[in-house]
Formats: sequence, C-alpha cells, structure tokens
Amino acid sequence: MQTPAPVDYARATSVEHALELLERLGPESRLIAGGHSLLPMMRIRLAQPECVIDINDLTDLDYVRVEGGELCIGAMTRHAGVLDSPVVGEHYTIFHDAERLIADPPVRNRGTVGGSFCQADPAEDLAAVGSAVKASVVLRSSQGTRTVPAREFHAGPYETVLGDAEMLTELRVPIRPGATSAYTKVKRKSGDWATAAAGAYVVLRDGVVADVGIGLTALGAPHFCAEEAEAYLVGKEPTEEHLAETGRLAAQACNPRADQRGPVEYKLHLAGELTQRVLRQSVARAEGRA
Amino acid sequence: MTSTQHTAPSTTSPAGNPIGFGRMLRKEDARFLRGQGHYLDDLVVPGMLHAAILRSPVAHARIVSIDTSQAEAHPKVRAVITGATLESLNLAWMPTLSADVQAVLATDKVRFQGQEVAMVVAEDKYSARDALELIDVEYDDLPPVVDARKALDPDAPVIRDDVEGRTDNHIFDWEAGDKARADEVFAAADVVVTQEMLYPRVHPAPMETCGTIASMDRVTGRLTVWSTNQAPHAHRTIYALVAGIPEHNIQIISPDIGGGFGNKVGIYPGYVLAVVGSILTGKPVKWVEDRGENLMSTSFARDYHMKGEIAATRDGRILGVRVDVLADHGAFNGTAQPTKFPAGFFHIFTGSYDLEAAYCKVTGVYTNKAPGGVAYACSFRITEAVYLVERMVDLLADELGVDPAELRLKNLLRPEQFPYVSKTGWEYDSGDYPRALKKAMEIAGYDELRREQREKRERGELMGIGISFFTEGVGAGPRKHMDILGLGMADGCELRLHPTGKAQLRLSVQTQGQGHETTFAQIVSHELGIPPEDIDVIHGDTSNTPFGLGTYGSRSTPVSGAAAAVAAQLVRDKARVITAAALECSPDDLEWEQGRWYVKGDPSQGKTIAEVSMLAHGTLELPEGVEGHLDASVVYDPPNLTYPFGAYICVVDVDPGTGQVTVRRFIAVDDCGPRVNPMIVEGQVHGGLADGVGMALMQVIAFDEDGNCVGGSFMDYLLPTSMECPSWETGETVTPSPHHPLGLKGIGESATVGSPPAVVNAVIDALEPYGVRHADMPLTPANVWMAMQGRPMRTDLAVQ
Amino acid sequence: MQVTMTVNGNEVSADVEPRLLLVHFVRDHLGLTGTHWGCDTSQCGTCVLWLDGRPVKSCTVLAVMADGHEVRTVEGLEVDGRLDPVQQGFMEEHGLQCGFCTPGMMMTARWLLDHQPDPDEATIREAISGQLCRCTGYENIVRAVRWAARHPAEPTTAQDTSQEVQA
Repeated sequence: MQTPAPVDYARATSVEHALELLERLGPESRLIAGGHSLLPMMRIRLAQPECVIDINDLTDLDYVRVEGGELCIGAMTRHAGVLDSPVVGEHYTIFHDAERLIADPPVRNRGTVGGSFCQADPAEDLAAVGSAVKASVVLRSSQGTRTVPAREFHAGPYETVLGDAEMLTELRVPIRPGATSAYTKVKRKSGDWATAAAGAYVVLRDGVVADVGIGLTALGAPHFCAEEAEAYLVGKEPTEEHLAETGRLAAQACNPRADQRGPVEYKLHLAGELTQRVLRQSVARAEGRA
Repeated sequence: MTSTQHTAPSTTSPAGNPIGFGRMLRKEDARFLRGQGHYLDDLVVPGMLHAAILRSPVAHARIVSIDTSQAEAHPKVRAVITGATLESLNLAWMPTLSADVQAVLATDKVRFQGQEVAMVVAEDKYSARDALELIDVEYDDLPPVVDARKALDPDAPVIRDDVEGRTDNHIFDWEAGDKARADEVFAAADVVVTQEMLYPRVHPAPMETCGTIASMDRVTGRLTVWSTNQAPHAHRTIYALVAGIPEHNIQIISPDIGGGFGNKVGIYPGYVLAVVGSILTGKPVKWVEDRGENLMSTSFARDYHMKGEIAATRDGRILGVRVDVLADHGAFNGTAQPTKFPAGFFHIFTGSYDLEAAYCKVTGVYTNKAPGGVAYACSFRITEAVYLVERMVDLLADELGVDPAELRLKNLLRPEQFPYVSKTGWEYDSGDYPRALKKAMEIAGYDELRREQREKRERGELMGIGISFFTEGVGAGPRKHMDILGLGMADGCELRLHPTGKAQLRLSVQTQGQGHETTFAQIVSHELGIPPEDIDVIHGDTSNTPFGLGTYGSRSTPVSGAAAAVAAQLVRDKARVITAAALECSPDDLEWEQGRWYVKGDPSQGKTIAEVSMLAHGTLELPEGVEGHLDASVVYDPPNLTYPFGAYICVVDVDPGTGQVTVRRFIAVDDCGPRVNPMIVEGQVHGGLADGVGMALMQVIAFDEDGNCVGGSFMDYLLPTSMECPSWETGETVTPSPHHPLGLKGIGESATVGSPPAVVNAVIDALEPYGVRHADMPLTPANVWMAMQGRPMRTDLAVQ
Repeated sequence: MQVTMTVNGNEVSADVEPRLLLVHFVRDHLGLTGTHWGCDTSQCGTCVLWLDGRPVKSCTVLAVMADGHEVRTVEGLEVDGRLDPVQQGFMEEHGLQCGFCTPGMMMTARWLLDHQPDPDEATIREAISGQLCRCTGYENIVRAVRWAARHPAEPTTAQDTSQEVQA
C-alpha cells in the first residue's frame, strides 16, 4: 500500500491551541480531523504537509444543539453523529438523507462535518446540503470570530475563504417552522462520489411555496446552489409544470465536467431531474404523504 | 467363529462431519477466523529487505536517461536495479506464457502506463517508497496506441520495435469452425442478426494484491520463493528455465492466498526482480504491490471486441453463429492458456445449442496497455464466448418477437444428444439442459414475472428479465492437447496412510479460498470411508507436493479431484489385498462397506482402513508383488474437459429518470455433477454471481486518449458491495460427468461465466420500450440513460 | 514519537514515525497480522478494526492519532479460547472463503450486534457496505451475522495485562 512522506505531528488541546499551532507552524501545516480527505492524499503524496495538527481531542466541538433559533452542529461532529442525531432529523431530514449516502459506515465514523466543509470537494454532499438550507459557518482565528454564509464559504473546487490560521468551528442552520427537506443522489455504486446530487427544503403556505432552497453537488454549480431556480419557484404552487421549470433553471446553473461518471449531457439532465425529485419529496413530506 | 450382530457404520464421523460428500464446515476456517491466516505480507523472513518498483507514468515513450544516484545514496537503500542492471544479467526480458517476451524492467522504451522501470531494495517499505521519489527518469513521449480498433491502421505507431523486423501491431490470426459451411448456412437463412459488442477490459482484483519474498542462499545456491501463486510448480520450472537456477535448488511456497481468480497465475516482473534483488543483496527481499500496481500492471481480463452474427429459420431454429474478434492483448502477449489455443477456448461460442455451422476468427493486437487477457474466472475465454452467444440469442428473440426462454428451450441441446461434438470440435460430456432452464424458470416464477412486466410497462415503469444459459469447459486438460509452455496439464497426487490410519493427501493444486483442505479430504473420505478430519490435505510447497499445473480454469476438482479419487481407490484396492492376507482368504471373498473390507456372509470378519494400515506397516506377510505401507501415487491425465452448465435468470428494475439499475433478483441453477460439499459449491456460485453484477454494471479498466489508465484505483475500478447484490437464489440439477471417476465437473468459474449476460440481457429487456437493442458493459447509470436516448456509450475509452 | 495505546485490552508503547499508518503499526510493530490492507484509496475495508469502540479503516488513521486511545482487532474477538458468536457464525454459514476480508467484516458485525442485537438483512448489508468481498457474493456473510444474532453468547470479562513493546 502507499505510504505518506515524512511529516511532523502536533496535537491540539483546544481551539486556541490549534490556532496557535497553525500560526506558528505556518501554511505548510494542516489540521487533521477525520483524516479521510487528507490522509488518502498524503498516502499517494499529492499532499505533503510539513506538519499535521490533530484536532480530534477537541471533543467540545462535537455537538448538535438548537440555539437561538438555529440548528448548530459542531465542526468535530462525525458524519455518523449527524446521521444518528434525532435533533437533526427533527428539523432537517435533508441531513439524514444525505448522510446515509455519504461514503460508507466506517468512513462516517471518522469524517467530520468541519473536515468535509473545508475540503470543498466539488462533489461534497454536505456542501450541497449546507447551500440548500442556506446555512452559515462560524470561522475562528486569533483575530476573532466571523460568520460566513455557506454559499459564500466555498470559492471553487477545493478552495474556501478560510484564512491560513483560521478554523471552522460550527455550522448553523436557521430553523424554519414548517420546513421539510430531502436529498437524493445518483451514484454508480454504494460509496462512490456523486454522479450528481440535489437537495432542497421548502416551506409551504396555503399550498404555495413560500420559501425554498436548492443545493446541487458534482454539477459545477457555483456555491453549490441554484438561486435563479429558487427565485422562480417562490410564490408558485408546486405543480409538475412549475417543478419542471425549476429543474430546468437549476440545470442552467450547472457546469458539470464529463468523466467516467457520465457525459455533460447526462449530468445536466440529472440536475433537472434530481432537483424536481427533491422538491417533490419535500412537498410530499410537507403534505404528510411521505 | 460366531457371527455377531453387525451394525452398519455411521455415515457421520466422530467430529460430526459427513464421511464423504455432504455439508461440512471448513477445516481452514479455524485460522482465518482468528486472524491467524498466513498471507504473503504477514510473513517475516529474518533479515528481509523491502522492494518497491518505480513505474512509468506514461503509456508510450523512449527512455532517454535514468539517474539513480540520489536513490542509491539514501542511507536505508541497499540496491537500485534498472533495465541496464538486468541486461548485464541477460534478464531484462523474460518469456511470457504465449511465446512472446515481456520486459522485466524497461530498457529502450516504456510501453504501457505502469510498466516497471526500476526497483529499489531498502531496509523498510517506507524508505523504499521514499527512494522511488529520488530516481530521475527522462522520457521522450511517443504517440500511444489506445484504441484497439486503430491498432492495425497503416500509420499506427509500432509498439514492439524490440522485435526485429516488426512493422505493425499484429500478433496473430486464429480461426475455428468451418467458414465455407457457415457462409452457406448464413446465405440461405431466413433471418440473420448482427451485433457488435465489447467485453470490456476488467480485472480480477482479489482483495489481496500480488507479492513475493525471494531468498537466495549464497552458501547453498538454493532459492526459496514465497509467493501469491496459483501454480507453484509451473513457476518453479519457469524460474529454472529463465534464470538458469537448477530446478532442484528452487523451492516455491504458496502461503494462504487472499483470492486468486486468475490474477496470481503468471510470473510478474516484480517476482523476478525480487529474486534478482536477493541475489544482489544476499538477503531475502519482499515485494508486495499496492492496489494501483495490481490494477494497472497485472493480468487484466477480457478486452474482446466482438462482432457476432446469428442465423435462424423464421420459426426460431438457430442454424449458425459467426464471430469476428479483435483481441486487445496489451503491450506484451502474456495470455495464460494452453499453447495450442491463442484465443483460449473462445471457440466454444456455439454455446449450449445444436448448430449446423459455426465459424470464428480472432485477431490479436498490441496496444499500449498492460499485458494479460486471460484471467478473472474466464475459463480461458469462455466468459467471452458465453456472453457473445447469449446476447446473440436474446437479440434473435427480439428480432423474431419471441420469448427468450421459449427460444432457448427450442434450441438447447437435448439429453439424448450427449456426448455431443460441437461444430468447433468440443465434446460435451453430459447434460440435461432443458431441465435446468425449466427449474430456473420455476424458481423465478417466470410467467408471473412476465405478467408483472407487462403491467409495469403500461405504467411506464422499466423492469427487465434476462436469461443466460451457459456450457462451461473446464478441467484442462488432456496432456496431448493441452500444455502451458510445454508442460502438460496432467496433475499428480500422493496419498499416504499412516500406521494409525490417518491420511495425508499431497496435491499440486493451490487453493485461494475454494476450500480445498476440506473438499479434497471429503473426496478421500468418500472413497476410503475414513473421517475427513483424519485426512490432512497438503499443498502449496513444491518441495513436498507432486508436480501439477495448479488451480485456475476450475480445474482442481476435475483434475486433482480425479487424481485424489483414483489414488484413494488404489489404496482401497490394496487394502483389500492386505485384508485378504490378514484374514487368510481370497480378495474375491471380501466386500466393501464404508471404511472396511469384510468377509462376504460374515461381516464380523473384516479390517478397517486403520487396521489395514497398521498391518501394512507391520510384519504381516504380504503376497508376492505387494509392497508394504499403504500409499498410492497417481498422475491423472484427464481424458477430456468436463462441462458444467447452468441456467440463470436476472430481474432488474431501471429508473427511467436516472438510468440506475437495481438487481432485484438473481436465480441461478447450476449443474456441476455431484457436489462434494454443497455448502462450498453454493459459496462458489454466490461469488461468481457478484462478478456478473459488477461486470455488467460498473467494472471497466478504460483509457484516455493519452493512454492514461482510468481504472487504477477502486475509485474508478468499481467493485460491487453488499448493496448492489441481491440475495442470491440458487438451485441445482445433477448430471455426472461420464469420464470423471466420481462424476464431478467443477464449479469455480461457472457463475462468473454465466452471470454477466443474464444481467445485460435483463437491462436491455427493461429498455425495450425505448427501442434499445444493445449497449455495452458496464451499464452504468450514464450508459443506460444514454442508451435510452439512442446513443449508448463506447466503454473501453474514457468518457469525453 | 512515543505512542501508547490499549490494544485488545493490553497497553502497548512504541516509538514510531508520525507518518506510520495505524494498520502498519498493528501489523508490523505488534505482529497482529489479522488486520489486512487491500487498496490505496480507503475503499476496500480489509483494514477495519475498532478505534474507541467504533469500526474504522485503519489505513486512514496515523498510529500517533491513536495515542491514548483504544484499539480492538480480530485477535481480540476470541476470549479464553472461546470463539465469539460472530466468528462461530462465519464458520457455521460459510461466511468466508479466502478469509482476507473476514476480520474486517467480523469487527463490523460485532459492533452492529452490540448495538442492534437483531438486525434485518437490509441493516446488515448497509453495515458492511463499506467493505469489499470478492469471494462470497455477501450472501453468506449476511447469513453468518444472522446466525450470530440468533446465538448470542454470555458476556464475559477479559483480563487486562500491560506490556511494553520495543519497536
């Protein structure tokens, strides 16, 4: 099996300590949480950090709670923890739908919400979920704390707005009374990255879509979302015709690459198809039919 | 002497095992369950060093220079080997199993991405890997041949310019059948259906990769090699021939193997390099490949571009099949099959039907890809043959508008036609085909499924039912016809009874999970009537097992199983003579019951095998010409292959919006003759069925236009998990082989051979409302959806 | 770097490079070769063992990250010479052939049964969905876990011993 290049190791005992280590060790140091993005890259030597800063001891960042009208998920919460959390399930089924389809069970025991967000893989499911529900992320540095909308956090493939000595500590999702949500993913087999995936939430009022969020992954949609499609659907009834047009607009926001998962034509089709499906399912959940 | 009450012996042993055939828990499990298996990478030989191989990042290039100075300066590196080093030892090239040569380390050019360029031997594996980064190779890129269909174009780059006088990429042409007769039959037929289809390049990918530990003892001149190796004796002979080391000074040991599937048959450059490394350093050298190396450089499987034609009467009688094949062999011709068969047993493509005419032509070509082709439970290309004919039969059914089950029942060989000589010269030993298909249909509830399909189609739902009927040809083979590198495919077997009646069976086959330690004990138990727990099966070490060609092509039960049965019968016969001597009667006065010879009419007078063995090792006076002890040694030359067969039915549901395929059910009825251990046989079938799901829906080693391998890791070479596989439904019929001592036919590859066409036929059937005639494997969601749009994808090349 | 961890109830210490993968530490430094490896991309799952009571892919953990933590491997399933019901089930139902994926499968199965004593087939298939098998087609693995669910053993306590490992 492949083996990593030589590397130094430090273990953080607190967020402050982690930030201090990041600052001191410089941009060639990397935080390691679950390690299931970083270590595979280190093994094939695509990544060769000088030092890894282990933050697995920061168990006080492993939590799910409701605070100030928001669902708050600590950055060190493992994927398995999100999947197992009844609090998450109570408010946003989209997280559970997605987590069930992310990687596989042993990987979910290690991978973290913060790690996935910061990896910014263009096929990252949680990124689409975060964009769909219009979450925000809390970033900390020695300079202080700032909150950034999830839709602004990702700047491009594997690129975020995180500064060199800055750390993501929390994901916050506004709790919307009456909101229902869903996530769906096409993949070639269990454990594969998405060929395409979509997530959405809706809030219905008097049979009309009062609020909606759409997230897309593996489709090259900037910031993992489709704002024009959302804007179109607000104020309309979720009829098949309206959902179809929403899907069409969502596909327009996408710019997928052809690869072994499929040609561009197919992925664009999926963008529209899956957008319709998650909206349809969210509506069905709102109407108690699913 | 008074006759005492005699009770028949129990058919169950003291340990609760069947004496002979039956469901028995495996002996080998004891160590594996405790994590005490001894796989290659578990082995530690004192003083051993670790090797790593530097491989070409490009598909086709001249090597301008190799600078190893920095690697050699690494404090933990003991040796660095390049093609130049090997050239001085005349070992830069080695013979392949197909009369070609393969580079051990590249000298002039690299010819596929992943080809071996240099080797480092270091004190530990992390340092060996570090040192690879210190080797500097300068390449001069050359245009690669990636599309096999263009390999014979007049302007195609010549890959094998290492061979003098070579001006193209053509390897061989081979044909079988009767072209003239086939042309006649096709010309006169009512209906002819033609279809091009690809059996994509795939890879066996056992969970354990290949590896070796080579230890050359400078004092004794003795080479000891531990390796992941399905054919230890063949390897020993080849090392002797190639490296010039006297064969009696070579010992090859196969430890526990974590899956073979044909991946561990051939000799890879890494094995030879480890031997060289050991010679140079004077220490044992361990080399274990990583998964990327395994997928990119070890023997791939299939890669047959086929054009099939089927001719029939208007009322559905199949008259003939013709096939034209373009075989992509990669950069070196290293296919492993009997010498006289460059296309393996592909000419069994006439399948399970009675045809009037058949003809095939196979053209082999070089491309800038890894060598290989025969592997992954193919039974020497029978996977390709069965896929071709079963797809053609379904296409014919579609053309004629008839049910594919009905079409098969109409055309399957009938029991009274056996032994059946096919139009391409195979003599099928026995079979009752219609019975197997009907049984599968019954288990599946075929009529009900078709009813459900009609209802679903009215609602726009896509459901498919696919059938595959296959005839296998395994147990190679008769030595006058079948050899590998001149070594005839007969296998030896030695059975020795100890004085206390326990037995040791030494075999040349090599298990990689098939359960030989149990199955072969049961075969001897069946013949000798002694408990299987009293029989120790020994294999894997050339120093203490008889010569034979190893395990692949499902040959263990048909060949070594026969050898074991014959040896046991010889022991039993000798036991009769010794019993007669002990009881002072004639051997003709004796009768046999499980484990014991006794006097006819006086059952209390007899000797058990254990008693006989003690007598045979003792002082009893033996008749003239009868030697002491109770052993037998046999070389079994099979008179023919055996022909297991089966009927498979697959049910799929396809999501029309995404193209995703769900395999809802899979029914497999297999006939491998009597089953020594039904539990083990069923397990073999289960594993092969998963291969069908994988190959039909997700597995492919594809290449982009630069010759980069898109399939060099499990991220791209996708293997099915527990989620993609349904709960298999299996059944059996039993048609013994007339020529095998116990009627056994072998089962190891049947399910891998028979299942892919069932899945593909099911998916194409599901897509019937969209007018899809054919789409190539793998039927990924993208490929299915594109087929629905009328544009199925080409799958051997990377998606553009 | 010095690392100390509990492995199958025993405390072990060793001096290792930070880049050493946990799977290599367990196999090469501790000689516990029951945990295997089979890929380069954290996909095959033959390296699955328990870290702090949860199945993880040990090829994707650095040994230094396990410092101060608890590891359990297949060698720890058997207690006082008695096979765990999961091990017994794999034997009874022919849940293994070559045995290479088996330790990882059994560790996941043991964890599943500890948390869901009576899982249905779909639950079992999902639990092992991150681990590949090339031999069994998964059917008998599912049957093996069901066997173990139907034949749970009496709980026992394992004894703790400390040992220093010179690495």
